[in-house]
Amino acid sequence: MKGSEVRVENADKKFGDFHALKNVSLTIGKGEFFSLLGPSGCGKTTLLRIIAGFEDPSSGSVFLDTTDVLPLAPNERHVNTVFQNYALFPHLTIFENIAFPLRLKKLLKADIQEKVTHYLQLVHLVGHENKKPNQLSGGQKQRVAIARALINEPSVLLLDEPLSALDAKLRHQLLVDLDLIHDKIGITFIYVTHDQSEALSVSDRIAVMNEGRVLQIGTPFEIYEAPADTFVAKFIGETNVMDGVITAHVDNRYTIDTDSLGPIMVTSDRYFEVGHRVRHAIRPEKIDITKEKPLGLPEDFNIFHGKVSETVYSGFQSQFYVETDESPQFKVYQQHESYLERGPAIRWTDEVYLNWDADDGYIVELI
Amino acid sequence: MKSRSGSLYSLPLTTWISLFFLVPMLIVFVYSFLARETGGGVRWEFDLSAYAEIFRQTASGSFIYLDIVGYTLIMAVSATLLTILIALPCAYYIARSKNNTLLLFLVIIPFWVNFMIRIYAWVAILGQSGILNESLLAMGVLKEPIQFLFNDYAVLVVLVYTNLPFAILPLFTTIEKFDFGLLEAARDLGASHNRSLWSVLLPNIRGGLVTAVLFTFIPIFGTFAVPDVMGNSNVFMLGQLITSKLKFTGDYPMACSLSVLILLLSAAGLVVYTVYNNRQEQQHQVVIAEDEL
Repeated sequence: MKGSEVRVENADKKFGDFHALKNVSLTIGKGEFFSLLGPSGCGKTTLLRIIAGFEDPSSGSVFLDTTDVLPLAPNERHVNTVFQNYALFPHLTIFENIAFPLRLKKLLKADIQEKVTHYLQLVHLVGHENKKPNQLSGGQKQRVAIARALINEPSVLLLDEPLSALDAKLRHQLLVDLDLIHDKIGITFIYVTHDQSEALSVSDRIAVMNEGRVLQIGTPFEIYEAPADTFVAKFIGETNVMDGVITAHVDNRYTIDTDSLGPIMVTSDRYFEVGHRVRHAIRPEKIDITKEKPLGLPEDFNIFHGKVSETVYSGFQSQFYVETDESPQFKVYQQHESYLERGPAIRWTDEVYLNWDADDGYIVELI
Repeated sequence: MKSRSGSLYSLPLTTWISLFFLVPMLIVFVYSFLARETGGGVRWEFDLSAYAEIFRQTASGSFIYLDIVGYTLIMAVSATLLTILIALPCAYYIARSKNNTLLLFLVIIPFWVNFMIRIYAWVAILGQSGILNESLLAMGVLKEPIQFLFNDYAVLVVLVYTNLPFAILPLFTTIEKFDFGLLEAARDLGASHNRSLWSVLLPNIRGGLVTAVLFTFIPIFGTFAVPDVMGNSNVFMLGQLITSKLKFTGDYPMACSLSVLILLLSAAGLVVYTVYNNRQEQQHQVVIAEDEL
């Protein structure tokens, strides 16, 4: 592996009264594609800027492999950044933008030509080298920024919301490109984003942050299927949350008397006692929605009756907002797996039944 | 659509510029080609002697007027360079400061005081019994006062002082629009702090630099009052020369030919810059045009 391990220990950062980072510790492995995910103001960009050297933490330390990098200036760290607004030099051509780090190192002309051409190929920008940045599209600019950040062969590449200024289609394309580049060069990527779908789709691991704290570190699968707390459960994907008291349990099968729906069953590998008040979550796509009451369901299925109060058709799926007899709103997604003659069978104001397997529910945390 | 009312609206401006700018320029231009009337004024006959005089060489081989032109150029270039060197960090600091309104206000405040009074204030500072000498004497640095006045350095100091705001303001406006994130990008890519300023900030504020140079060089090149008050009375700058031609010898054609010379030299720089800029822009458009094919 060519990348470096990045270790952040007890990093704390205050801007005046604002506590941007609260005692953050994490270790990012060599060559890992690691995402810092959270809403704006959660401290993810501050953490990135501390690793890059643009900010000093109020306390704590940062190591690249075994080197303490805090005493080093940004230009002395073996780390390069892809900036959110591209930060291309407007007075230089694309070629000169990418060659900028090499010119600083006073490389030979032929070497510069060869390396720049190589990285232009990597980001599919051959033929644009004599243009100025303002003649490129947003996606092209971002690819120049990526090439420029990679040409120094850093051991860690920092990406600060690199795709946020692009439209959805392009964003997806560039994300795939980034993933391919990561596979090809194998250095450590630290990717800052507020977009959970970006983070889920390309990361090896994700750190979910909020209000200056790291709430959970895990693989995309872990983060989505086993969120550590309510914030993570609600921030990643969509979820229906119900609070209630555990009334019974047999092995790992719990019965919760929820405030909004009454008793539901759920499976959990964690241990809770009868009388514990917990938060239960069920993802919208794990709920089955039918017009007729489903018969012959196993006994560990939860089943509720309700009425559709809103439908959102989005081609590959429909989203239903269902008012059950007790709870105000329930979100349900139904994939359109086959062609439907007259559109989705379930319409607005239809009476429906919702059901889901107890294994698909999840106890988020004690409350 | 071109509207005829445009020329009507611009009538006041056209009248103003014609009356107080073009006509006086024309008078200067015409006078420079006329003969000198002894006792002041001009005689209406075509005469190139005012121009010939500029290039006249004395018996000992020195040029009377061209030497003054050369001296004025050296003074103006040095004063402009010093002004820009001081204005750049000031403008950069103001642009990055949160208090930039207050700081700009401080830059502009001296304009509230009459120009001549500000120059004489420097006499009060630099004079034999001025503030500078008095405080150096009091601190024991000096045993007896030094004459700071009446030399080229005093002229440079005051020229820089009077022209500093004209350099700071255009530099400030361009630096304020500069994306400071580019400096971080340069640092990130391996540039030292100074290198990032040199290779990224300076090229991107070129427009402001050119404006600042023009705004300071042109007035300094024709300056009269500052060298007259602060300078060595044995050497003249062009502005002083013209004044003496008008006031003391009444040589109107000579004063006018020298004025035309100043005008041409000042305009030359402007023309070179405009041509250079246009060429860059054309190249730029060619690239864009190719791109669209």
